[in-house]
Amino acid sequence: MDGFLLSILQQSFIFSIMVMGVYITYKILNFPDLSADGSFTLGASVSAALIIKGVNPYISLVIAMLAGGVAGAITGFLNVKLKIKDILSGILVMVGLYSINLRIMGVSNVSLFNYETIFSNGNIMIINLIILILSAVLFTLFFKTKLGYVMKGTGDNENMIISLGLDTGKIKILALSISNGMIALSGGILAQYQGFSDINMGTGTVVMGLASIVLAYSIFRNIHFLNASVLCIIGTFLYRTSIALSLKLGFNPSDLKLISAIIVVIALTFGNESISLKKSFKLKRGLQGIFQSKIS
Amino acid sequence: MNMLQLENISKTFNKGSINENKVFDNFNINIDNGDFVCVVGSNGAGKSTFLNIVSGKVPVDTGRITLDKLDITREKEFERCKKISRIFQDPSLGTIPSMTIYENMSIAKNKGNSFGLSFLKEKKKEKYFKELLEVFDLGLEDKLHNPVSQLSGGQRQSLALLIAVLGNPELLLLDEHTAALDPKTSEIVMDITDKIVKEKNLTTLMITHNIDHAIKYGNRIVMFHRGEILIDLSGEEKERLTKEKLLSLFKDMNDRNFFS
Repeated sequence: MDGFLLSILQQSFIFSIMVMGVYITYKILNFPDLSADGSFTLGASVSAALIIKGVNPYISLVIAMLAGGVAGAITGFLNVKLKIKDILSGILVMVGLYSINLRIMGVSNVSLFNYETIFSNGNIMIINLIILILSAVLFTLFFKTKLGYVMKGTGDNENMIISLGLDTGKIKILALSISNGMIALSGGILAQYQGFSDINMGTGTVVMGLASIVLAYSIFRNIHFLNASVLCIIGTFLYRTSIALSLKLGFNPSDLKLISAIIVVIALTFGNESISLKKSFKLKRGLQGIFQSKIS
Repeated sequence: MNMLQLENISKTFNKGSINENKVFDNFNINIDNGDFVCVVGSNGAGKSTFLNIVSGKVPVDTGRITLDKLDITREKEFERCKKISRIFQDPSLGTIPSMTIYENMSIAKNKGNSFGLSFLKEKKKEKYFKELLEVFDLGLEDKLHNPVSQLSGGQRQSLALLIAVLGNPELLLLDEHTAALDPKTSEIVMDITDKIVKEKNLTTLMITHNIDHAIKYGNRIVMFHRGEILIDLSGEEKERLTKEKLLSLFKDMNDRNFFS
């Protein structure tokens, strides 16, 4: 395997965990959670700050995950208890986390090159793969449990879950917490993988997550046996590949955010069944019209 | 024996504003255990607010609500839902569309128990669910693993009914639950409703605009008018009530409305 594909694969493995986190809020809970941008960096900065303090890199990841969970719970609290609109709750937490992340790291960029990370011993690929498989299995198993089903139900038909006598507010907070925990874990792993944590590394996390999800869904929508975590992983790989290819084509790294945004727009437009059907309908009719007018 | 009791209920919407709307002023009603009550009345009479007050969706200004001797006035909607099940007019509200019939029933069956980290699906329940569905004769038992979103409105509403009573509620609220269905399906769903209510001896409140249904089903009929009970007939009196009589009562009420 050449270096190009290898690095895409490794990045996909790391980002897939984040994408699963975004999947929980975007697809399952139907909650546009923008705090992800903040909690990704939070995971990176917590992990980096702890490693520098001499904490075991694996334990630093666990703590990073918990920190992300707290951030997600705060987003949920703002929305559920204080009745702030979902999108604004996420933005508020994201903005607040920027300052907190700077506090945690002390500076805007922390280097880990001289410290021991989870990748210091052993094969990077295998370590990444083990963490990913573990996350994906837990993710899949969780959504087969009663709690998991109730979480899906809350996003799909909240009334029904209320009618079961359950507090959907608590379920939302828990879902946001799990989601942001996964996103922070992914951020922590990425910081250790690339050897530094940067205050801006989380910018665009939500868009990246959405892009991966909608890419996978617009292509594999009709394949039912693929479960959500597999779709997340495939989507991440597709997204990472398209980003890497656009870099190879000569785009600047600074263009990447725009490219991701465009990917999301395209995938959403064509992934949306009703729109794409209508469009192809109109297109067909339009073409028929042209041909007929030429014939007649 | 009293199952549900509403005492001195007052409710005003948009209090103090120009749109102030006093729906109930010292409203009282008692529902006996096992009653199947048809609630009729023109639009704006307070029928839906009545159901919303019972279910906890709308908090009351003053008054007391008692369900099975327990004061539930301060309980939130989700807390009351442990004892009260409700079916809405919109068939999509009573089920989770992205999940299969089997998953929907499994969730509903678990009502009242904890929703923890144990697995939801149990193979042994499949046969039991199929048996429950066969009673309807809608062919649902063969679609156990199809998502509910693929079902028709009537099938969904029947399933919603079955799901609502799976958790053995003390009170069943039906909010015009056949209004969105075509006449034939509406009859089928009403038959199923009657069957379930009788079989489980459920205390039921049903809002309906269908006069035939109001006459045919239930052992008690209550007509609302501007937040008050205009007519309350039960037992033999209800049986003697004819469609013509009920329609003329409606007309009287509307005339009174017109002149007041």
